[in-house]
Amino acid sequence: MKRLLAIELQKIWLNRASRILTLTYFGILSLIALIASIEFDLGPIHFDASEQGIFNFPYIWHLNSYIGASPKIFLALVIVSMMANEYTYGTLKQNLIDGMSKKEFVLSKFLTVLVFSGLSTVFIFVISLLLGLMYSTYDEVGIIFSEMDYLLAFFVKLTGFFSFCLFLGVLIKRSAFAIGFLFVWYLIENIGYLIFGKLIVNDFELARSIFRYMPLEAMSGVLIEPFTKLDMIQAVGNQVGVLEIKDYAVDYGLVAVVLVWTGLFVWGSYALIQKRDL
Amino acid sequence: METILSIRNLNKRYGRVHAVNDLSLDIQKGNVYGILGPNGSGKSTTLGIVLNVVNRSSGDYAWFDGKLPTHEALKKVGAIIERPNFYPYMSAQQNLELVCKIKGIGYHKVQEKLELVGLWERKDSKFRTFSLGMKQRLAIASALLNDPEILILDEPTNGLDPQGIRQIREIIQLIASQGTTILLASHLLDEVEKVCSHVLVLQYGKVLYSGTVAGMGSQQSYWELRSASLEALQTALAQYPDLSSITLEQDTVVVQAKSGLDAGLLNKFLSERGIYVHHLMERKRSLEQQFLTLTETKS
Repeated sequence: MKRLLAIELQKIWLNRASRILTLTYFGILSLIALIASIEFDLGPIHFDASEQGIFNFPYIWHLNSYIGASPKIFLALVIVSMMANEYTYGTLKQNLIDGMSKKEFVLSKFLTVLVFSGLSTVFIFVISLLLGLMYSTYDEVGIIFSEMDYLLAFFVKLTGFFSFCLFLGVLIKRSAFAIGFLFVWYLIENIGYLIFGKLIVNDFELARSIFRYMPLEAMSGVLIEPFTKLDMIQAVGNQVGVLEIKDYAVDYGLVAVVLVWTGLFVWGSYALIQKRDL
Repeated sequence: METILSIRNLNKRYGRVHAVNDLSLDIQKGNVYGILGPNGSGKSTTLGIVLNVVNRSSGDYAWFDGKLPTHEALKKVGAIIERPNFYPYMSAQQNLELVCKIKGIGYHKVQEKLELVGLWERKDSKFRTFSLGMKQRLAIASALLNDPEILILDEPTNGLDPQGIRQIREIIQLIASQGTTILLASHLLDEVEKVCSHVLVLQYGKVLYSGTVAGMGSQQSYWELRSASLEALQTALAQYPDLSSITLEQDTVVVQAKSGLDAGLLNKFLSERGIYVHHLMERKRSLEQQFLTLTETKS
């Protein structure tokens, strides 16, 4: 396993574009810490992010997992191109001839996906822990380490997304087209939902209950946005009466769905490589 | 004798095209094999199948008597298929180190092999800066990294300039002289003739001939003669016993004998009739002629 990972990391690290994208990604992740310095005056109201309770445990686990998932497109680019390049360079063929099995080949890619997701999770964990320890009003160990399943959801979400990218790289074999297709797929899920809900069943409730299991929807569903959970916004919302009661907990049903998608994408990549003649 | 690769009744169909048709072959240790055939005769497909990059339609193959699964066996095989495939953004050395990782061996052979193909000075240059000849030499270095039991080469001199072709040939001959088993696919006949001991002739995916180079086609030799007056030469030859045919090819008279021909006696016979030849030479049919005869008669 170490061998497979070493092979893949060499391919990525020695490629300048991939190296820069990877470093940029982790750079942006650590910028989350800068939210603490957001401070502005809105008329008579003085807003200081670090004093709004957003760094309170356990809320911070949720907030940072949610925000930390947004720069994932940087690593998605790395993963799509590391796969598609193997086709454009003809190196998939060469790797197989040199004695890698097709299974090992896919495994080396998937292990890298796991390492990227795992590293991101560790990153978010460390940053959140530090920010929390500095600004949180609660510092009991029991509270600090509660509701940490948002980190698990974060890990599953990234793994699912990167596996999807990996699969698209295998399927389409060209980086640019694969990234384009990722965007098209996002539209398909949304337009499909509208068409299905409006024209076919004329029931958005039903359409919603089906389309929330589509890969990208399911990935976004495992982490609900944390902003309306803040006391301040809740208070405002209650007064105005616009806020519905939401369940902010990690949806384990969707976590399972994303894991199933992940399995399908990895298996699909393997099946394609197995079936194709090079 | 140790069998390195055995292929049994291999078939590959691409839709309606029958690219490899019931092919069987045994590769024995220490021999140098040539696979001959025109473009599209199934050479590369056959190699692709045994190298795990093309799926077979039916049939079987086994590396090293089937003692190892294919991908493990391939770690003991060195192969170069058509275009050299490496990571363009890595240097020569980094590319070879990656191959070492895949094969699960140390880096200690990298320098030796780069020196063998004359690329050690360029070890830090990126692969994309290499000329085609250098790329092909790097591919050979890569194929030799593990001191393979067998070296498979598919059209190794394709697209190279004369100098590059010569360099690659010298390397192949050097490797062959060290006792490494080689399987060389080519449509260049003199290339095969120069290095191979055994030959397999393919056409439309079928085996037309399989055996030693020497055993291919007839081994009957023929004689070439030239003299000042070709007419007088032909007339004189017509009187000589035991000749099966006398033909004129441009400025040379070509003669075939029914059985062995003594050149000294023939020369004496001609000089007694006042004809002095300035060219008298025994010739064997070249692999090219034999190959053409073989593919023409069977098609």
